[in-house]
Formats: sequence, structure tokens, C-alpha cells
Amino acid sequence: MTSSGTLYEKVLDLHTVRRLPSGRRQLFIGLHLLNEVSSPQAFGMLRERGIGVLCPERTFATVDHVIPTTALRRPWPDADAEAMQIELEANVGRDGIRYFAPGSGRQGIVHVVGPELGLTQPGTTICCGDSHTSTLGAFGNISFGIGASHVRDVLAAQSLPLADLKVRRIDVRGRLAPGVFAKDVILAIIRRLGAKGGVGWAYEYGGSVVDALSMEERMTICNMSIEGGALCGYVNPDATTTAYLEGRPYAPRGAAWERAVAYWHSVASSPAARYDDRLELDADALEPMVTWGVTPAQCVGVNEPVPELDALPQSERVLAHDAYDYMGVEPGRPLLGMPVDVAFVGSCSNSRISDFEAVAAVIRGTQRRVPKGTRALIVPGSEAIHQELVTRGLAALFVEAGFEVRRPGCSLCIGMNADALEGRQVGASTSTRNFKGRQGSVLGRTLLMSPAMVAAAALTGQVVDARELLTREAEA
Amino acid sequence: MSEAITTITGTAVPLPGDDIDTDRIFPGRFLKLLTFEGVGECSFAEERAQWAASGRVHPLDDPRHADATIMLVNKNFGCGSSREHAVQALMRWNRGIRAFVGESFSSIFFSNCVANGIPAVTVTAAAAGELMEAVAADPSARLRLDLTRRTIELGDRELPFTLPDAARHELLDGSWDSTATLLAAREELLRLAARLPYFDNWNDHEG
Repeated sequence: MTSSGTLYEKVLDLHTVRRLPSGRRQLFIGLHLLNEVSSPQAFGMLRERGIGVLCPERTFATVDHVIPTTALRRPWPDADAEAMQIELEANVGRDGIRYFAPGSGRQGIVHVVGPELGLTQPGTTICCGDSHTSTLGAFGNISFGIGASHVRDVLAAQSLPLADLKVRRIDVRGRLAPGVFAKDVILAIIRRLGAKGGVGWAYEYGGSVVDALSMEERMTICNMSIEGGALCGYVNPDATTTAYLEGRPYAPRGAAWERAVAYWHSVASSPAARYDDRLELDADALEPMVTWGVTPAQCVGVNEPVPELDALPQSERVLAHDAYDYMGVEPGRPLLGMPVDVAFVGSCSNSRISDFEAVAAVIRGTQRRVPKGTRALIVPGSEAIHQELVTRGLAALFVEAGFEVRRPGCSLCIGMNADALEGRQVGASTSTRNFKGRQGSVLGRTLLMSPAMVAAAALTGQVVDARELLTREAEA
Repeated sequence: MSEAITTITGTAVPLPGDDIDTDRIFPGRFLKLLTFEGVGECSFAEERAQWAASGRVHPLDDPRHADATIMLVNKNFGCGSSREHAVQALMRWNRGIRAFVGESFSSIFFSNCVANGIPAVTVTAAAAGELMEAVAADPSARLRLDLTRRTIELGDRELPFTLPDAARHELLDGSWDSTATLLAAREELLRLAARLPYFDNWNDHEG
């Protein structure tokens, strides 16, 4: 193994089976995660070709996109969702693939469950038929989303063809002010580099801010790499990484643990590593961020005005003009005070325990309840997190404050189950995408923000600066 | 081996705009499907319905582009979700889109195109604009993409395009359907797997 170089180079070199005649690498995939949306077509293609699953022991499945978040009663009320569930169960059963079923205590959003169970380890390669697989790079590995044809390939050959990426090191310097979170950091990065700035790149995140973040926060950052166009993003493994993994069900134990930790640290980018590009971002002055448009790059600090057309580069003006119109926002004015119909805390970006602790802090700090006319949903990322919310009394606190506490799933991030915006409703959301129609209503409008900011929006029915709200209520 | 893709000739449909995401191309609510059969109708389904409701004709519904096999786009086409449905649906729209010409494509959308033998070639902003204008002026204009020469011919005009070498190689020699190629190195792959510094092979310690 090369001792110099970036983590990207080290991990890919170790996992390269060969160079294909075309020049792409045949990359061995250490861990393959499956969901119900992108796997049925892949299994279908394999059956047509009479090919089996090469490494079922490296493959794990769960159901997240179509699952209802209301009750755990089969059949699911939506017949199409039920059909997908049945198909997944049949496919994993036939090939002996381990499956985290609803009600098992281990079901959840695939990118939340993998880390929680200790499956997603440093120094490996991970694929899943879902673009937010980039989340898992938080553990210091190369993780990326693929389409159904490549799910087929990974099932058949535990490998896929991958074109080389360039590596951009992103150093986030300084310290986050209170009330500013990982979500704000990644939105600020995407704003700076653009929604397409990462096409062809892997992002390596580091610097004092990232070093100080918890694994959950690092996952939020890596999660949205793809929203900046980067296929994958990662953080070098360190003591925070190993402390998170130690003792988890699928993490190594005993002597194997010691050897694993040594290997994991060895794949971190060396100090002498050379990058194709570098970006430094000073986080000291960072504010809570809110999206105002229809791509995650269209975001501003909550007290900042929505940019006017002439403040934007020529190439972004057509999209911005369209976004003002679709979103009904006024350029030159901040989003503060914009009415919010639905508040959603969930998704693979922000549905972990620390996200809900941030919501609880805003509820406790303001002693407010969700006002009439506003809907607020808490959708934990996994059954384990759901259980923890209940055990620690957070679920009761949320319900008392007027939030609905649901079962785990992708829910309002994608609107494939009954959880959806209606008409032109405005959703304040911790999810991943503010694309037109993303939250299940073709005219629905999404404002992406951190869990604390969504909580503040839920408790006031409008866009507010959560920090300002907390200060105001404390003085009152 | 899959089919070798060397040239694509046909009329084109322009779909202007940057950052057209896969939720717009293939809305999430249609994802509850077990196969790609019949997904063509889902292409831009929400957007087409909206345009129709407001009395406008979406480019995909414009009868003048009904025979199009080439789609003209701008920057970052296919960003967002990895759903291969986006490519599969457009391949099944009307006569079927067989190539994309645009300023840039998202990484996963591009990979999904290659995996289905669909070239997604890159041209300059000026060339994209020129092609869109030409096709708007004459929807029956035929384009010819030549992967060997890396050119787009339109009447007596010839414009260069770029396509990453590996993708071009796989399309030209018909190795874009990668399953068989990957399986050919099965033994090598299993040997590599055995020497990777993995630990415990993900045995469940609570199990």
C-alpha cells in the first residue's frame, strides 16, 4: 500500500481488481447495501441472465423509501409499496442476504442503519442504489450511489467499473458559533462551489471544524456531497471514528479490533498528500443557512437577503429567476417571516439522535407549541433511534409540543409514502433536496435548514433565526 | 458483448435549462415499480401535465419532436437522485432517446447512460445553444453523432464533442454492459478480496 497519498488513492488502489481495457477500474466493493427501490430491477436482470449473487455475505438490505411511517401493520395500505416490500423479501430470501425487517429493531433509512450497526467501516468501498450513499464516507471510506444496472453488477460480481475522480480538499477553519451546525457548513460549501462544482470530484472534508464534529455531524456533511455534484465525500478516520464504531454489532472485537484500528488509521490521507484542488472556508462568521431556491446551492444565511439577479453570476440568473417565481420569494429581502406549513425533521441527512436533541433544546428553550395551521413531523432514521426517543422521554416532549412522532423511513424527503406536501405548501425541512416537487407535491416548496432551525419554524409557523428566538424567549 | 455504438443519427428535442434533476425527469411518486417496463410515460410526467394544464406545449409533447432520438440539454443534466429510471424512461419515450448532447451531466446519470449504451456527450455552451436554435428553427433537422470522430454533424455544420475516453471505448467496442466483463476476472477478484485487510467479515457480535 502507498503510505503517501490521499485516502481516496489508498483505498481505491487496495480495491482495484484490474484496469479494464477501457481504462476504468474494476473496483471491488466491500459492502453492498440494498433498498427496495433500486434493487428489484437488478435482481430481475440477474434472473434473466441466470446469474447468482457472488458475495451475499457482503450484502445487507432494508426497506426505507416506500415504508409508511404511521403503523407497522402489514400489508402496507399502499398496494404498490406492499408489492415492493414483498419483492425485496423474496429477493433477499432467495440469495441468503441479511435483511433488517420492519419491527426487527434494525430497520431504518439504509444510510442511518449501516453506521448504527457498525457495518460502515473505514478503509473500505461501499455502494448502494441511492445517491446519498455518500453519507457513509464520514467513516473514512469511498462510498457512492449507483443506478440499478450497477446494483446488478455488484450483486453479480461484487465490483463495478469506476472512472477516476479528482480529489478536492475542503478545509473548514475556525469554530462554529452556537446555533450553527453541520447542515449549515455543508450548505455553505455547496453555495460556494455550486450544485455542479463537484462533478468529477471526490470531496475530502477536514480542518478544525470538521475535526471537532461528531460522527453524526460528519455524516450530515458527507450526505450532501452529491448535492454539490461530488459522487462521494469523506472525512479521514480518527479517534472520533473509532470511538463511534467500538462495540457496535458488526464492528470487529478483541485482537481483530486492534488490527482494524491500525489499518483504519493507515488509510487516512498523509500530511504530504497532493490534492487536485483545495478550498478553505472560514466558519467563524457562518450563520444558520436556509435555501431560497430549487437547488441546494441557492441558499443564504437566515438574516441575509435573497440575492438579487445582478448580484449573481450571469450563468445562474435564468435558474434564479425561475426559482424566485416558483418559490414566491422576493429578491433583496431575507426569508425571515416566510410562513411555513409543514416542518420535517428527518431523512438520511438529519434523523439521528443529536438532530432530535437539537429540536428538544429549542422546544425547552422557548416553551412553545406548534401553532394551529402548522404541521410538524419527527421521523427518526431508524427503529433504534425511535426507541431511544421514547426511552429518553424525547418522543413525549415532542408530542406534548404538538409534533407528530413517526416510525422510521425516508418519508417527507422524497414523498413516496403518504407523507407529502400538498399544493404550494412550504416545508421547512432537514432533508437533502429542495428540488421542485421533491416533497411529494408538484408545486410544493422546500426550505432546507438545520434541525434547530426547522424546530424554530415549527414552533412559530414561519422562518425565524432559532438563535434569536431562543434569546428572545429567555428574556421574556 | 453488448452492441457497439458508433454513430447515432436522428432528430432532436431541446430541453433547455441547467440543473434539471432526476426528480423532474422521473418524479418520485412513480418509483414504486419492480421493473423498467412501461416507464417511458413517466418521463417529465409532472412537468408535462403542468405545462398542458397551463396551455403550453412541453418539448416532449411537441408533435414536431415526436420522432426525436437525441436530447439536447444544458448544464448538470440528471443531477440528484441515482434513479436509473431517469435514463430508462427517456430511452422508452416515443421512439426512444439514444443519445444526450449537453454542456455537462451529473456523475451518476452519466454512468447510468453508459451502462445502457447511451452516449451523453459534452459540447460548449455556444454549441449547445447553436444546436438548440437550429432544432427549434427546423425540428426535422437531422443530427449525426460520430463517436469515432467525436463530431456532431448538422447539415453542413460539424461540431466537436467530448466524451471521456473510457466511456467512448466501452461504447465503441460494445463493452458497456459490464456484467460479463467484470465476471471474467472472478478469480482475480476473489483473491483480492481474501487479502484485503478486513476484519471479522461483518459477523454480528450480538447475533
